[in-house]
Amino acid sequence: MHALTDCSLHVNSGEFVSLLGPSGCGKSTVLRLVAGLDQPTGGTVHSPALQAAESDTAYVFQEPALLPWANVSDNVWLPLRLAGHSRDASQDRITAALRGVGLQDFGAAYPAELSGGMKMRASIARALITRPRVLLMDEPFAALDEITRSRLNHDLLALWAAQGPSVLFVTHSVYESVFLSQRVLVLGQRPGRVVAEIRIDEPYPRSSAFRHSTRYLHACAELSAALEAAYGELA
Amino acid sequence: MTAHRLLPALTLLSLLLGWELLVRLADIPHYTLPAPTLVAQTLWANLGSLAGSWWFTVKVTFSALALACAGGVLIAAVFALSPAIEAALFPVAVILQVTPLVAIAPLILIYIESTTAALLLCAWIVAFFPILSNTVLGLRAADANLRDLFRLYRATPWQRLRLLLTPTALPYFLGGLRISGGLSLIGAVTAEMVAGAAGRETGLASRILEASFRTETPKMFAALLLLVFTGMLIFWAFNALSHHLLRARQKNG
Repeated sequence: MHALTDCSLHVNSGEFVSLLGPSGCGKSTVLRLVAGLDQPTGGTVHSPALQAAESDTAYVFQEPALLPWANVSDNVWLPLRLAGHSRDASQDRITAALRGVGLQDFGAAYPAELSGGMKMRASIARALITRPRVLLMDEPFAALDEITRSRLNHDLLALWAAQGPSVLFVTHSVYESVFLSQRVLVLGQRPGRVVAEIRIDEPYPRSSAFRHSTRYLHACAELSAALEAAYGELA
Repeated sequence: MTAHRLLPALTLLSLLLGWELLVRLADIPHYTLPAPTLVAQTLWANLGSLAGSWWFTVKVTFSALALACAGGVLIAAVFALSPAIEAALFPVAVILQVTPLVAIAPLILIYIESTTAALLLCAWIVAFFPILSNTVLGLRAADANLRDLFRLYRATPWQRLRLLLTPTALPYFLGGLRISGGLSLIGAVTAEMVAGAAGRETGLASRILEASFRTETPKMFAALLLLVFTGMLIFWAFNALSHHLLRARQKNG
């Protein structure tokens, strides 16, 4: 049983691409292959994560995946620490990363003391502290409430604009994918492959005005139609 | 003092009071069941000699526990690194664990000349298994996402052990330590019971045996009281240690 077959996709440098599909369609498998966490049984993956040099890839999981015994600052420090940078030498970057996600006052807090949204912010700060060229996100906001999710969508775009990594963003939300991405790839199921590709030609920065525009609703309708074509009537 | 602390104290106090009343009202002879006040008096009167024995038992207990920690953690680390070695050696560990100590203590006393060393080995055998099995469990318990993260950032095996596996295993290890703390005392006392009052230095178990030969029941109780206190002290100490080391993770926001 293969999770993915004839699955071909390409992300341009600095591009924000979403992978859309229901759970179980192989979206996470794509991310894991790109990150080098799994090996393909066939085909090839070209990704900076697979080059021999120092890791250029960051990964944000659906769970915040923070070290429960370390405070927020130390959690954000982790990628630099693993690369051999001392805490003192990393302090400026830790401070900047925390400010970027709005957690500048919570460096000393422990994960158990934070809300779900704040934990995810810490997780994003940790991912961005190395200024990765590739940012892989696996349904990072799926467990959050609607309001928190919208805020984080907005803040994520600001961080992306500031750092410019190529983003591959896995989601099962049509709305989220339209708001965030330049391109949305719809993943079909059994076997998983790209069945539709839709461009969202909306300039950045995108504000909440975009969420209420007809262009937004059109894109959502178009994507929903593509999903229905792949999965049948969505009730 | 809150209710949940007051309650156990009150329970204990009323138990002692009931005991005292029972002995006095039913006129039970002290060689059958001494009253708590008599036990306290006997303890006070024999404090000098009992303290020496207590210190011996404590030394054996904590030496065995220290060796159990070292051995348990070391073997656990080896098991975690090599599933083959674990598969090969785990049955041996289980055999050591399931064999009743009183049944093998006589053998150990035959094979090992020094009584103190034999007692240490006995206490070690019962104490090391909870630490071993808990630590093995803890070293395997690291979050799958965090494992992936460490791989993604190309952590060295040493970094993974120090920054991920060890902190993950800590609560498991402490859970094992709390069990082993009590067990090493039980091991030390049981082994000495089997050994009898043989060595130059003797612990509390020897004093209990000795007192029982002379039907000095109050003295038996006095020595027993010291054992109970020691056991409780060990339990509380490790509870406090565990609470202190894990407090950051247990905060709730």
